[in-house]
Amino acid sequence: MSETSPPVSSQVKFGEQIITFLIRLAGYLSILYVALICIFLLREGLPALTGVSISGLLRTTWYPIEGYFGILPLIFGSLVVTIGAILIAIPLGIGTAVFISELAPAWTKEVLKPLVEILAGIPSVVLGFVGILVLAPFLRRALNLPTGLTAFTGALLLGWAAIPTIVSVSEDALNAVPRAYREAGMALGATPWQTIWGVTFPAARSGIITAVMLGVGRVMGETMTVMMVTGNAPVIRASLGALFSPVRTMTATIASEMGEVANGSLHYEVLFMVGILLFLFSLAINVIAFLISSRRMKREERLLS
Amino acid sequence: MTDQSSPAAKFFTAQRKHKMGVGLLTITSLITVAPIIALGIYILVLGWPAISWTFLTQMPSDGMRSGGILPAILGTIYLTIGTALFSVPPGLAAAIYLAEYASDSRWTRLIRIAMINLAGIPSVVYGLFGLGLFVLFLGFGSSILAASLTLSIMTLPVIISTAEEAMRTVPQNFRVVSISLGATRWQTIWRIILPQSLPGVLTGVILGLERAAGETAPILFTGAAFFLPRLPRSPMDPTMALPYHLFVITTQVPGMPIKIQYGTVLVLLAFVLGMNVVATIIRSRARARRQW
Repeated sequence: MSETSPPVSSQVKFGEQIITFLIRLAGYLSILYVALICIFLLREGLPALTGVSISGLLRTTWYPIEGYFGILPLIFGSLVVTIGAILIAIPLGIGTAVFISELAPAWTKEVLKPLVEILAGIPSVVLGFVGILVLAPFLRRALNLPTGLTAFTGALLLGWAAIPTIVSVSEDALNAVPRAYREAGMALGATPWQTIWGVTFPAARSGIITAVMLGVGRVMGETMTVMMVTGNAPVIRASLGALFSPVRTMTATIASEMGEVANGSLHYEVLFMVGILLFLFSLAINVIAFLISSRRMKREERLLS
Repeated sequence: MTDQSSPAAKFFTAQRKHKMGVGLLTITSLITVAPIIALGIYILVLGWPAISWTFLTQMPSDGMRSGGILPAILGTIYLTIGTALFSVPPGLAAAIYLAEYASDSRWTRLIRIAMINLAGIPSVVYGLFGLGLFVLFLGFGSSILAASLTLSIMTLPVIISTAEEAMRTVPQNFRVVSISLGATRWQTIWRIILPQSLPGVLTGVILGLERAAGETAPILFTGAAFFLPRLPRSPMDPTMALPYHLFVITTQVPGMPIKIQYGTVLVLLAFVLGMNVVATIIRSRARARRQW
């Protein structure tokens, strides 16, 4: 060929430098956004500490109109709903993930996976709607409760909301277990069931723990569903009855009260304070989950090298 | 097996245990998916009678107790488009950076931790942030603009991570060949990597926007309106939106006809899950056509 490749003109080079710069900039955008979120939550929330002391926040009465800003009942509400939901989501989510990844015939997989994906796409306000119109009246009658709007109703719905996260992350973890492990198990005469519990599941353990952590984060941050179905009563009950009575979570408190407060008032600042707490909880959960999964990767690299 | 083994041990042979285990997990999976199917059928059956041309194209009337839900439908479309405008270009650029430029440095790890963190922040906290930054500090007020910006930051990690994954699946040979033919790095990305990874990228974008379209908490204080007598005229106007409208007519308006409630749920689900179906179709078609 007589043609040589066209020399890269300086114009192209200049344009490319600009594009590369923009791409680099976009790469760091996530860090910028996290920083901005921190700054603005703190900016709006920290002044709360001038109006109400930390010991004032650590009280058991949340009654903002009278100036009681004890956030313990809200943390308690979030805790009850989260524990209830995750106890439902763990067996169902992990069981479904193991079934899909290890046992299900191909056609069942083709049905199960899209259904779980659809579940992930259902807006939380729709779950709340179903909770109010169907689940709450049903539970009230079935369990003979004064109201169907309880922590348990929220936990049931959020259990399902957490399932897609747990299924997809656990399934990835199970799929990442090398085939050779399973084949070795079977070759030793183990049944598929024994192979799953003796070999595959332990090998995927850290990934499955990560899945559960992310599920916890998903449930704790859920807002609309809990606001609609948990009855919104900020009280602490020390008995198991707490699960079957109304509670108020941190997220629901922000969502239902922020619309009615004056910007810059103490109540407004305290609601941002609750937001800071939620942010810190989700940060802790996600960083721990990240560390668990990255440590596993390092160990695997060592093992396979 | 020895003869001394207990009757229970004899009964629970490895084979039987295997069968029982499979049965148990089958039932578990059924419990997981049965409510989803039931929910779908339930909403479809009860919502369908409400769907009419009037319902989809009229303003609400009589305190939202009759008429249609046009402003909520349009509002959700506006918000979805706004979110796409603010999240797709930077999201794709960030994905290109992570897939094609970034080395495994301390900074890259920091970016990943930041993304994981963004993905985990509760949606209502995004609402607070949007209120603090966009509505108050930047003075956008409660508006489509502020709500779209808030939703776009929430959507960003989904778009970045799925797009990056799609770009990484393009075989290394493609890059090597392109560069060896004299193409620059950007030309390689623009002409080779992006077209080859397009279906995967699109799937990620749609799934991210699907989540944004169904969200309520982030728009509660940044742009959603309880009721508006007219359609929004500019991005600086607040808007009604399907998810918030559903919340309003379920919990805030007494004496709401149940038919309208179910009709609204059906429209919202159709909107959101319709996007899901489109994403699934793009993905499976691309998988069937892919030659590498």
